[in-house]
Amino acid sequence: MKKSNVEGGLGIKGRRALAYIVLIIVSFFCLFWFYILFVNATRSHSELTKGFTLIPSTHFFDNWNSLYTGSLPIIRGMLNSMLVAICSSALSVYFSAMTAYAIHAYDFKAKEFMFKFILLIMMIPTQVGALGFIQLVDKLGMDNTFWPLIIPAIASPVTFFYIKQYMESALPLSLIEAARIDGSGEFRTFNSIVLPLMKPAIAVQMIFAFVGSWNNYFTPALILHDNEMKTLPVLIAQLRGADFLKFDMGQVYMMIAFSIFPVIIVYLILSKHIVAGVAMGSVKG
Amino acid sequence: MKKKNQRKVVRYNKWGYIFLIPFVVIYLIFQFYPLLTTFYNSFFENYRSGLTQIGPNFIGLENYKTLFSNGELLTYTKNTFIMWIMGFVPQILLALILGAWFSDPSLRLKGQRFFKTVIYLPNLIMASAFAMLFFTLFSDGGPINALLLDLGIIQERIKFMSHVGSTRALVASMNTLMWFGNTTILLMAGMMGIDTELFEAAQVDGAKPTQIFFRITLPLLRPILVYTLITSLIGGVQMFDVPQILTNGSGNPVRSTMTLIMYLNKHLYSRNYGLGGALSVLLFILTAALSLLVFRITTKKED
Repeated sequence: MKKSNVEGGLGIKGRRALAYIVLIIVSFFCLFWFYILFVNATRSHSELTKGFTLIPSTHFFDNWNSLYTGSLPIIRGMLNSMLVAICSSALSVYFSAMTAYAIHAYDFKAKEFMFKFILLIMMIPTQVGALGFIQLVDKLGMDNTFWPLIIPAIASPVTFFYIKQYMESALPLSLIEAARIDGSGEFRTFNSIVLPLMKPAIAVQMIFAFVGSWNNYFTPALILHDNEMKTLPVLIAQLRGADFLKFDMGQVYMMIAFSIFPVIIVYLILSKHIVAGVAMGSVKG
Repeated sequence: MKKKNQRKVVRYNKWGYIFLIPFVVIYLIFQFYPLLTTFYNSFFENYRSGLTQIGPNFIGLENYKTLFSNGELLTYTKNTFIMWIMGFVPQILLALILGAWFSDPSLRLKGQRFFKTVIYLPNLIMASAFAMLFFTLFSDGGPINALLLDLGIIQERIKFMSHVGSTRALVASMNTLMWFGNTTILLMAGMMGIDTELFEAAQVDGAKPTQIFFRITLPLLRPILVYTLITSLIGGVQMFDVPQILTNGSGNPVRSTMTLIMYLNKHLYSRNYGLGGALSVLLFILTAALSLLVFRITTKKED
């Protein structure tokens, strides 16, 4: 057996060394941009025009002050982004789990049709209905509000699909049967037995839904018009659209850093759970 | 007894419908109805010319004729798919290799948690902010040019955003960077889900690591690979944020990075609901056809 390992091209040590080299290169390309972003956010405009460096400078707070007192309402933008992302991701996972449970645990005529129908619409990007969506939002008087960004999350086919897959392997129907015998109502069974069992899948999907909403630029850009209502991606686009050369580059980097680093910091704190969760969810899914 | 049980089951099963209500109601209102009105709009002349509103007047299929005759549609379709493929191929290859290494017990790689954390990181980055970052870093007077000059790799500044190839490559690399970690973790989890006895048996039989990968890992991974392909395809057609921010919505140079959704976005902003509607219908047909194709391929192999 040992002999055959050596015969397979590289030995185990060679393969391990190759793996480490590739991993280090790949990691470098994942982190490099953000390190440069950090360095450049600490440099003044005149320092930035001098060229490239890996050494941070001392103008972090100057850049922050000029951004903070500048024309873009960035704090408001971050709060708006938070509000929309938290609400929409919570609705998305709760109701997707409910939809998945309906199809997983019950036998009814439309079951097969509904499942296939959801799989079918999962393929179709929401953008293809954006035109009608804007018109509807106008008609409902929801233009320039957060509602059109939050409520539609209740119907999230991708989240549904993922949780449904997880349910198939992690939720034995006998358990639901046992709950019924104990006299638990269907709605209570869902909330107090099914949901806790779905925790790994729900956590993963909540992260995906949060990130999806947080990153979303297309729909908010069409719905939100007032500066006070804009989310961070829309503000970034505004920055890009402004006459670039007039800008203090230190301020530009600070704005990008402000949009990126809070997420990175939260991610680093939670990364153990996130990465494990992403993996755990799909083992069974 | 049996009859009583059946009646009980039927009584429970109405809850299937009840639990479906939120999804169905919200879907019908916020996705299905807008889709229908989008289709409806595509048959009308409806746009603004300066301050005057033209239409809506019913014009049948004229919007579709306009779309097909002015050549833009074909160009933007090509752009979208070129950039998707440029991003997807390295992404899936990298994810397969890294996933195989991470899940290989005989390699016993150290620092796995660190590496996984790092490669998943770009996925959480706001695409528009990431594109803005690349725009500043790769600008003509930006740090990347300065770095390459310092290192002596180039003699003159490269105008990254003035050439078709380099602009597309920037968009594709950003997409790869943002998605390969996510794909790696999903594939790796799938690989770890494979019964280790299969690997051990193959090793005892003298199979090489590459043989194990191609003969055992890959076939067993197909459902997850297909899922990755489908979601990436959907994402590819939806490609918008990165090229939109990178090129400030222009899709330049020479409209080579203008994607289909950027084109749609342009019509939505200028309130050309006729052409926008027709384009939406075509995008609908395109995504429906593509997903059917992928589905057919997978079901055939399974039979």
